[in-house]
Amino acid sequence: MSADAYQARIPIYPRSVKGRFRTLKTAILVLAYGVYFLLPWLRWERAGTTGQAVLFDLQARHFYLFDLVVYAQDIFWLAGFLVIAAFLLFFVTGIAGRVFCGYFCFQTLWADVFVFIERLVQGERNARIRLAAAPWTGQKLLKIGATHLLWLGVAFGTGLTFALYWADAPELAVQVLTGAAPFPAYATTLFLTATTYVMAGLAREQVCTYMCPYARFQGVMFDEDTLVVAYDAARGEGTAGRRKPTKGMTEREARQAQGVGDCIDCGYCVQVCPVGIDIRNGLQYQCISCALCIDACDTVMDTTGFPRGLVAYSSERHLIGKKNRYLRPRNIGYALALLAVMAALVWSIATRNQVEMVARQVRQPLSVTLSDGREQNRYEVKINNKTNRTVRYRLSIAGLPGAELDTGGLSVIEAPPQGNVQLVARVKLEPRDATASRQLFEFVVTPLDTPVDEPLAWESVFYMPPARLARSAR
Amino acid sequence: MKKDSHKQSVQTTGHAWDGDLQEFNNPLPRWWLWGFYGTAVFAVIYWVFFPAWPFGTGFTTGVLNDITYTTADGREVTRHWNTRSLLDKEMAQARSDQQQFLDELKGASYADIRTDQRKSAFAYSMAKVLYADNCAACHQAGGAGKVGMYPNLADDAWLWGGNFARIEETIRDGRNGYMPAFRKSLDETQLAEVTDYVLSLSGHAVDVQAAARGKDIFNGQDGGCHLCHTSEATGMVSLGSANLTDSVWTIADVPGQGDIEGKRRAVREVIEHGVSRQMPGWAGRLNEAEIKILTFYVRELGGGA
Repeated sequence: MSADAYQARIPIYPRSVKGRFRTLKTAILVLAYGVYFLLPWLRWERAGTTGQAVLFDLQARHFYLFDLVVYAQDIFWLAGFLVIAAFLLFFVTGIAGRVFCGYFCFQTLWADVFVFIERLVQGERNARIRLAAAPWTGQKLLKIGATHLLWLGVAFGTGLTFALYWADAPELAVQVLTGAAPFPAYATTLFLTATTYVMAGLAREQVCTYMCPYARFQGVMFDEDTLVVAYDAARGEGTAGRRKPTKGMTEREARQAQGVGDCIDCGYCVQVCPVGIDIRNGLQYQCISCALCIDACDTVMDTTGFPRGLVAYSSERHLIGKKNRYLRPRNIGYALALLAVMAALVWSIATRNQVEMVARQVRQPLSVTLSDGREQNRYEVKINNKTNRTVRYRLSIAGLPGAELDTGGLSVIEAPPQGNVQLVARVKLEPRDATASRQLFEFVVTPLDTPVDEPLAWESVFYMPPARLARSAR
Repeated sequence: MKKDSHKQSVQTTGHAWDGDLQEFNNPLPRWWLWGFYGTAVFAVIYWVFFPAWPFGTGFTTGVLNDITYTTADGREVTRHWNTRSLLDKEMAQARSDQQQFLDELKGASYADIRTDQRKSAFAYSMAKVLYADNCAACHQAGGAGKVGMYPNLADDAWLWGGNFARIEETIRDGRNGYMPAFRKSLDETQLAEVTDYVLSLSGHAVDVQAAARGKDIFNGQDGGCHLCHTSEATGMVSLGSANLTDSVWTIADVPGQGDIEGKRRAVREVIEHGVSRQMPGWAGRLNEAEIKILTFYVRELGGGA
């Protein structure tokens, strides 16, 4: 063999197939595309602000998801969502292998659509292989050119749609098409057009094989009970190997009498594979568990009259004739962690407030003696108004008998719509009214005029120097 | 062809030693290789536009990539691309951005600064730095000062007055705090009596008769304390004389003493030795806008009065 500095990509021309899994994958594809491409256009009744159902307004740092408005300070919800996604991935992978890769990953979905376009223009697998090998003619140029143009069209649609999530969709779409959109919109659209075209059209399975980190680390979550797409070698090979259904070898009984397995070596499972492997060689790292080889083999088994399932979802344990266990400590652990994080996120979102407050004690100096003998602590109070109206609040304190609150003459605090207000609050207390050096009390924010929320409380500490406390007790 | 290409065999470099000893060749993916070539091309482009190669005593400075900025003293400088000049340019930009605010604040009233969120946010953040650079060395970072040396700015007692005009004056021109020493003009008993009177003013339990005698000295010819502290002992902001009736002590550390004897010693020491302290004026170091910002900040520290 010759020595080369590089390995050229070996082109793969997946053949189409019909079957249970193909139908399922198509359904998921249609659903995912429907949601992705139509969601930015969905309108939503919302008072005083954008009428877009899903909008990520980066400039104002407001993220609209139907009736939920997420603010920058709610960023930990995103963290919660990502943790859920991670645990869900671990959980599903432990039980059923690379389900995400095979059915839901956008690389798989987009590559699937691009292959569909390729087939639509150039024909079935054999026709595409012939076309690739054929000399360049007008006909070939037309077909290849049409394929790439359609790919670019889908890629542009994908990039543009992504940009639409970050601004008013109808307005931005017109702007982009008339050349009036801001630079980031073009940069995003064109960058994603390029990556979609390259990844789904040109690189395809190389993304999964060489680039994707998930594809690599999903392997470590596998064990002997994990469902994988597997070839039943014992049944397929028998004792004398696979054999084509030549004369006298079409009946199952005849084949079994000679020790020949059920695999008729038609190669259909290899031809449909989008990553170009032969599933009969066992579990391979390239396999994305798309299950198309199962559909292919089932189709062939149906025509030969052999029972289905020569290639099927199976597991290491199942292949040696044992029963699969699903209630494994690991799966239960993942499930519990998943439920816990989901519950926490739902609880956090359900109990969110329209008003938020923070009161931080000024710690330098912790306290000062005033001329009238009282001790004063200072606090920086920040109130966030998440509503679309100006809201007036009253700040008060509770749980510190005898104390006076001084907000510098502001009896009513006004917070602008979706904005915040900051003030310095001074709390003054007679040493004889103090019961301890550190006393817990609460700042209470009461919205005055609008049906916003319950009053909000923030626990804080009043510090009385021990020396002054002891003296007043004497 | 298809079948061959998927055969899991290993390529060799074609060299063979001792008959069968061969060298494996694991070729790189093409996209990786092109990525590598790309970095080489990038390097060449980089050399053209950025400082790169040593050349004689200097180096190649790069073309079409000069940085122009204005220095603090108003000179316009153009240099080849380098991170130092990049910083200078950003600093120049920051200075001019800051100047806009300073110009705005110079003309604004204190009430305006307080109510305008944009202005007060700028004043606060700039004053924090000004305060740390100019004031914190004596008055401490949070304004708590040091009893006996530097007044506390965070309480509500102001020796020299707590309105904006007085604070501005204090910062601009400085203050001289002076109280004469009485160890020669008053004898031991008189000193003890005045001490008891001063302590009684802020509600301390002392010898009532001694305090009554002390009051006479305070308001009489011998002591003459009332000349500065007033006969009500509430002090005068025009002189910076302390209010002796409140609970705030700036020179004698009365609150820090555990028993009444300690408090007596602390007060008496001040009467015996007097006070002489000075705050320098900052007019030469800070401009008008900076003094205004500091005034605003210092008054907010103490909550005004």
